[in-house]
Amino acid sequence: MLIDQFPAIVVAAPLVVAALCAIIRRETACWLLALVVAFLSFVGSATMLGQIQEYGEPLSYKMGGWAPPAGIELRVDLLSGYLLVLVSLIASAVLIYGRHSVRSEIKKGLRGLYYAMYLLCMCGLLGIVITGDAFNAFVFMEISSLSMYTLIALGKDRRALAASYQYLIMGTIGATMYVIGVGLLFTITGTLNLVDMADRLGPIMDTPAAIAGMAFVVVGLSLKIALFPLHLWLPNAYAFAPSAVTAFLAATATKVSIYLLMRFIYSVFGFGFAIEQTLIPEVIMVLSLVAIFAGSFSAIFQENVKRMLAYSSVAQIGYITLGIALANATGLTGSLVHIFNHAVMKGALFMLVGGIALQIGTVRLSDMAGVGKVMPLTMFGFVLGGFSMLGVPGTVGFVSKWYLAIGALENGWWWVVALLMLSSLLVLAYMGRVIEVAFFRERPEGAAALKEAPKSMVMTAWVFILACIYLGFDTSFTVGVAEQAVDVLMGGAQ
Amino acid sequence: MSDLSLFIIAAILIPAVGAAFVASSGSKPNVREAYTLVTAALLFVVVFLLVPSVMQGARPATEGFDILPGLTVRFVIEPLGMIFAMIASTLWIVNSIYSVGYMRGNNEKNQTIFYTCFAIAIASTMGIAFAGNLFTLFLFYEVLTLSTYPLVTHKGNDDAKAGGRMYLGILLTTSVVFLLPAVIGTYYVAGTGDFTAGGIIPADESPFLISALSVLFIYGIGKAAVMPVHRWLPAAMVAPTPVSALLHAVAVVKAGVFSVVKIIVYVFGIDLFSGSGSTDWVVYAAGFTVLVASIIALGQDNLKRRLAYSTVSQLSYVVLAAAMATPLAIIGAAMHITAHAFGKITLFFAAGSIYTAAHKTEISQLNGIGKRMPFTMAAFTIGALSMIGVPPTAGFLGKWYILSAAMEIQDWFVLFVIFVSTLLNTGYFVPIIYRAFFKTEDVAPSHEHGEAPWPVVLALSLTALGTLSLFLFPEVPLTLAKALVG
Amino acid sequence: MPLLAGDVEGMDMEGLNELAFVLGGVNHWITVFLIMAGLYIIVSRSNMIKKLVGLSIFQTSVYLLYVSPGKIIGGTAPIIIEGAEDQLYSNPLPHVLILTAIVVGVATLALGLALVVRVNEAYGSIEEDEVYSDGDWN
Repeated sequence: MLIDQFPAIVVAAPLVVAALCAIIRRETACWLLALVVAFLSFVGSATMLGQIQEYGEPLSYKMGGWAPPAGIELRVDLLSGYLLVLVSLIASAVLIYGRHSVRSEIKKGLRGLYYAMYLLCMCGLLGIVITGDAFNAFVFMEISSLSMYTLIALGKDRRALAASYQYLIMGTIGATMYVIGVGLLFTITGTLNLVDMADRLGPIMDTPAAIAGMAFVVVGLSLKIALFPLHLWLPNAYAFAPSAVTAFLAATATKVSIYLLMRFIYSVFGFGFAIEQTLIPEVIMVLSLVAIFAGSFSAIFQENVKRMLAYSSVAQIGYITLGIALANATGLTGSLVHIFNHAVMKGALFMLVGGIALQIGTVRLSDMAGVGKVMPLTMFGFVLGGFSMLGVPGTVGFVSKWYLAIGALENGWWWVVALLMLSSLLVLAYMGRVIEVAFFRERPEGAAALKEAPKSMVMTAWVFILACIYLGFDTSFTVGVAEQAVDVLMGGAQ
Repeated sequence: MSDLSLFIIAAILIPAVGAAFVASSGSKPNVREAYTLVTAALLFVVVFLLVPSVMQGARPATEGFDILPGLTVRFVIEPLGMIFAMIASTLWIVNSIYSVGYMRGNNEKNQTIFYTCFAIAIASTMGIAFAGNLFTLFLFYEVLTLSTYPLVTHKGNDDAKAGGRMYLGILLTTSVVFLLPAVIGTYYVAGTGDFTAGGIIPADESPFLISALSVLFIYGIGKAAVMPVHRWLPAAMVAPTPVSALLHAVAVVKAGVFSVVKIIVYVFGIDLFSGSGSTDWVVYAAGFTVLVASIIALGQDNLKRRLAYSTVSQLSYVVLAAAMATPLAIIGAAMHITAHAFGKITLFFAAGSIYTAAHKTEISQLNGIGKRMPFTMAAFTIGALSMIGVPPTAGFLGKWYILSAAMEIQDWFVLFVIFVSTLLNTGYFVPIIYRAFFKTEDVAPSHEHGEAPWPVVLALSLTALGTLSLFLFPEVPLTLAKALVG
Repeated sequence: MPLLAGDVEGMDMEGLNELAFVLGGVNHWITVFLIMAGLYIIVSRSNMIKKLVGLSIFQTSVYLLYVSPGKIIGGTAPIIIEGAEDQLYSNPLPHVLILTAIVVGVATLALGLALVVRVNEAYGSIEEDEVYSDGDWN
């Protein structure tokens, strides 16, 4: 059946087309090719997810016909299917969105290569999610990271170069830590297949080598996730990358690493060990809460709006990892739902800010005075996105927070609920700042006339903004899949 | 029943759709105002078509719409919600007439945004009134806060911005930090958030938990303005007068006290609330607010600020009554919501009328104004009498029931509060009336003026008449209020 | 294997075991040393190229970590020879993995150096103190 080939096609197609784009180099052709591939990946991922939901069986693809555990297995279950849909969806949308901003931000000769890199990055991210092999995940991680460093360095500002370098150092340390951990686990189990590794680790989980391996994997992935205090690369990378890249990165890159972390903690190391017998949940919980507050506080004091949203991402990642640390089905559901929800809302916000950047040429808050009056559609979208970040009921932000709060209550942690609610206020503080400047200040005298950003940008962003509201009411997709995916995670553990 | 459930949906959708029409007709002011008035009239009709069956004991409900398992958006009409919806839909018509006169008379900018947000606020008010469970209530409560923010900051200057910050800051903070945990906690403890006669919180829960929930609810509903979360109300005085009327009479503060009463009756249940000693503190907090706010009002020279503090104190009457949680007291609370709505809107209309015609905002400037603006000041007098609780005004009814309730359970603290606050009310309203009618103008006004534009005068005369006729014909709200306590 | 059997009289067994631990794991010690040395250089140097050197050393530790348990002393390449199927051979998988890792390492280094060249063009310096202090990051 054709669908059996989908896992390979979804990853291989972007890879091949990326090479093709690098050869063609013509902007429009590359853009079209990239769009087609990204969209096909999305359709493929959605089909696979539908298939899995229907039959309840994960799809497994044996690379080169070698059966796992010896061969490399591409494995799509509910959880990875969910992430695949997310990544490919965002990738397609950002391509539509980014056409104009790429034109204004990237030099003419480089645009074809930009799309090649973009596809490569997408291929890497999809690969991490789809592979069932620990080392293969490392390779895909590096594919996505290397292309990401390049994409960030394409930013107009020279600080993009420094930010990219900073990310390269931190990202490589993280990936190498991960691969050291995998090496230790491989040495004691003799396998790289995640499912097989989980089986073989079971009886020897409390040996020093296994624990050391686990520590390396968790720390390495935390760097990739930008879990506080390993987040230092993130604000600069997001702030100075081209707008389209930021939107794509913010919505997908860290999410995929979080996926891998969940896989390792719950499926490979196992709930019974990693959660119950180690300090991992406690440590992650403390760091998550610190991330939520430190990230939001830092966001309040940013002058650069993209950097502000980046710090907010640090905080939002804290919400997601908090769900991992709650270590019950409700909390984990909240975490998974928030992965999707945060991608949608932060993607939308970065898209809108990208539109403003395109029109006024900067993303400094002080330059945004009065844009609310000349770009009402953009700023109104920003307001709605802000509501969602705040967790106003009827938006996606509320759904995630609800699950996290109930999850915390199930553990009897009232104080976590209290902190969660308090943290929303910080969101109000930093989003409110932007909204006040945009609506209550006058445009400076003699400022150039402004109009809305190009339709393709505003419309794409608005589709996501509307999704924030729609998914806040109809949660059957996000919560439905997340709940089943949690069964996969928790079930694999018990 | 299905017809009635359609009416419920219609009551929420009509203002929302109206908002869309208003927004789309910004370039033609006359068409825009026509849309507002037609929408208001339609809503009024729809709401009043629901009244007879609710009075006969029906409880129309819509199908639930599941957001998450166990978390549903659902509308049910019970008597208190019916009263609230009636108040809001009636006063919206009057307020729209008044707005037309006021906004044009003062040449306000951005009127389209004003009317649009106003209609959205009314839609969310209907949502609050008909909410069938805590989550739905919370949802529309937040929408109301957010949709009124552009109204409060309508002037767009620094004062408006500061006022808006205070408004949004306090209302959102309290709702997110206290109310949301209370809602989550209730769902967690009771397993449901559906408003059920007799309450849903299990009576055998620990007193500490019940106490904690009551604190979270009372202070979480910042719109009820129990001290110290009342600061947003005076801060929001920067808004144009029709907005103040919306805040004080039609929607916002009413939504606050309405929610408090509804939660005490349907979430805690009056038996639990009056029986367990763990919630007694509410009576004292409310009583304290009544007195302190009245004393502050006494010292305000700005007319709107004095009215604002008067509102703070009057709202706590309702909370006080609800917290006594006896059947008589609950009836008193419901009646007082109604009476205060009509009285306070009259007072605000009068204040706005004075501002429009004479450009005066301070009480000390009002000497002799009663001769120039007889209708306005007569209406003001009726409103003030209702606040004090003198017959033949509606305010008397609410106070009567609250007093009877306090007598019945011999709560000397409540009696003392009502007695002293009545004196204070008299103290801060009567001098205004005295100045207006019995003093002569000390300086000639900068320009000759008579009454405000006719829509303004018409609106305030209507609400003043409403205040009087509610005393004479209180059957409808009274029947509903009695149905509320079974 | 009398040395480790523990039955030779008069020998300081404890010392010998320690010696075996130290010497037997010598490749692991080198791995640890490379990890620490690499990280130290990354943290302590401000010159961007030196940092990349540190990064490379850090990555090199991985190669050793993977290859050393795969190698069997006396083992040959895993090629099936007629009549000698039971030949002792080294595990090929770690070697292959490390080939990939080396490629990744080279690519990272190349990209890093390219970035440094661009940073030098843009800032006129490759000292981190100067690059990052330049301008307002906010």
